[in-house]
Amino acid sequence: MLDEIRGALYIAKKDLKEYYLKPPTVSWGIAFPLVFAFAFMLRGWDKLWLASGLLTLSLFFGSTSMSAASIVFERRMKSFERLLLFPISYFGVAWGKSLSSFFFGLLSSIPTVMIIQLFLSISPHNPVLLALCIVGSALQFSSMGVLLAFAVKDPAQAMTIFNTIRFPMIFLCDVIIPVSKLPKYLSPITLAMPLTYSVEAIRYALIGNYDIVPPQISIPITFISFFVFLYLAEVLIKRSIP
Amino acid sequence: MDAIVVENLTKYYGDLLAVNGISFSVKWGELFGFLGPNGAGKTTTVRMLCGLTKISSGEAYVAGYSPIRELKLVKKVIGLVPDTSNLYPELTCWDNLIFTGEMYGLGREERVRRARELLEFFGLLDKKDSKFDQLSKGQKRKLTLAAALMHRPRILFLDEPTIGLDVRSRRMIWNMIRELNESGLTIFLTTHNIYEAFNLCDRIAVINRGEIIANGSPAELKRRFSGSEVLEVSFDGKMSVEEISRIPGVIKASRSGESFMIVVSDPLSVMEEIVRKAKSKGISLNYVNLRGADAEEVFLRIIGDADA
Repeated sequence: MLDEIRGALYIAKKDLKEYYLKPPTVSWGIAFPLVFAFAFMLRGWDKLWLASGLLTLSLFFGSTSMSAASIVFERRMKSFERLLLFPISYFGVAWGKSLSSFFFGLLSSIPTVMIIQLFLSISPHNPVLLALCIVGSALQFSSMGVLLAFAVKDPAQAMTIFNTIRFPMIFLCDVIIPVSKLPKYLSPITLAMPLTYSVEAIRYALIGNYDIVPPQISIPITFISFFVFLYLAEVLIKRSIP
Repeated sequence: MDAIVVENLTKYYGDLLAVNGISFSVKWGELFGFLGPNGAGKTTTVRMLCGLTKISSGEAYVAGYSPIRELKLVKKVIGLVPDTSNLYPELTCWDNLIFTGEMYGLGREERVRRARELLEFFGLLDKKDSKFDQLSKGQKRKLTLAAALMHRPRILFLDEPTIGLDVRSRRMIWNMIRELNESGLTIFLTTHNIYEAFNLCDRIAVINRGEIIANGSPAELKRRFSGSEVLEVSFDGKMSVEEISRIPGVIKASRSGESFMIVVSDPLSVMEEIVRKAKSKGISLNYVNLRGADAEEVFLRIIGDADA
């Protein structure tokens, strides 16, 4: 077990060293959520309500962009196979990839937090719970990114496919439009999206209320889905071996 | 138990049979060559032994461990240099080696010492801080080889180690492979380069269309499969390939510039007949040379016999 943790941490460290300045990571992981947050804070309607969505969005884009860049690039260059040769389990490899995305997600959310603070100067409703929700959300997005990166068949199309999945989520998952105000027929889709639970959890921890999913449900779901996505990523890695 | 034992190893990709029930073994300390044309099943075999490709059926043991049931143990004792130099392009040479050491659980001091030692051995110490991406093809190959040696593996798999390299780099890598083998490392080398296999390896298995069609030392293979010699002759007048081909005892004749290359089973009687024929045409011989068949001719003979 210790070997697995150590291996995962080394993979994460290597990824951060190698990919933090890659153009797709910077543009989609840092620049896009930052510009998005700035635009909404300037012209937004209910800034306090929007803040949690924007913070979650920066975690979401930061984490998933890192997985997209690191895994897809390595699969294309055949260097991903190196990881499969090390004496570490496939779960350990998925975990390592997920950890680098997690750390990058946390780092990339800092500029958004600064923008929010600049406009609002919020003191969180429950700071400890907020920290827990941020960690849970970043974990959830990082393993989701890893899973998607393995599911993409053609690495050259990865970012397009990632954005095809990510962009609709901005509008369906409580980030800028309350789920309760969306047409009823969209509810099943909204509730199937992991981003919804993270936004709801972070919103509760930040401002003390939520839209449709109470924190007793949304917070555990962020952590549970982290493990589910990670397990599925392990299955995909196993399947990728011809 | 031998370093590598393979019994009836088979690999199907869907309906395609890539490796067809091959069996062989590699002794400890041996430099074993797996020679075959492109698509013969060499890389598939190596990948199965290293756990990068699933085994369809059969058994294999690497250092006594099964890649099917004890993959983690196999991974600890092997090093693989794949056919493409696949280290991390944005990391420096140093960071690539250190990361490899970390993943194999080497302690901090040991990783640093080993990385320095390997960079020195491969003549890359001055490139320590260069990114992998900035290295030449030959240097990339050397660093990939160095990374495979970081954890002091007991068995090293080299998949086409000199593919795409210029003559100088190729010879440099050959010397390093020899040196590593002399230090006691067991090496399994796949190649389609006949000279590489015949000049480097202690023993060679020739694989074609997923089947091993010959196995032995380079000298044994030459003895077993040559069965013929090559007569090189040139004349000061006109002589055609067809005329030479008709001489009894000539297996194959071809023209190479001014000379004729004649593969013969009985050189003396063929030589007599050539001299007689030349005399009757009023021409004489300029040059005569008799030599044994070279590695390429032996290889073509092996492949040819198997295809026949």
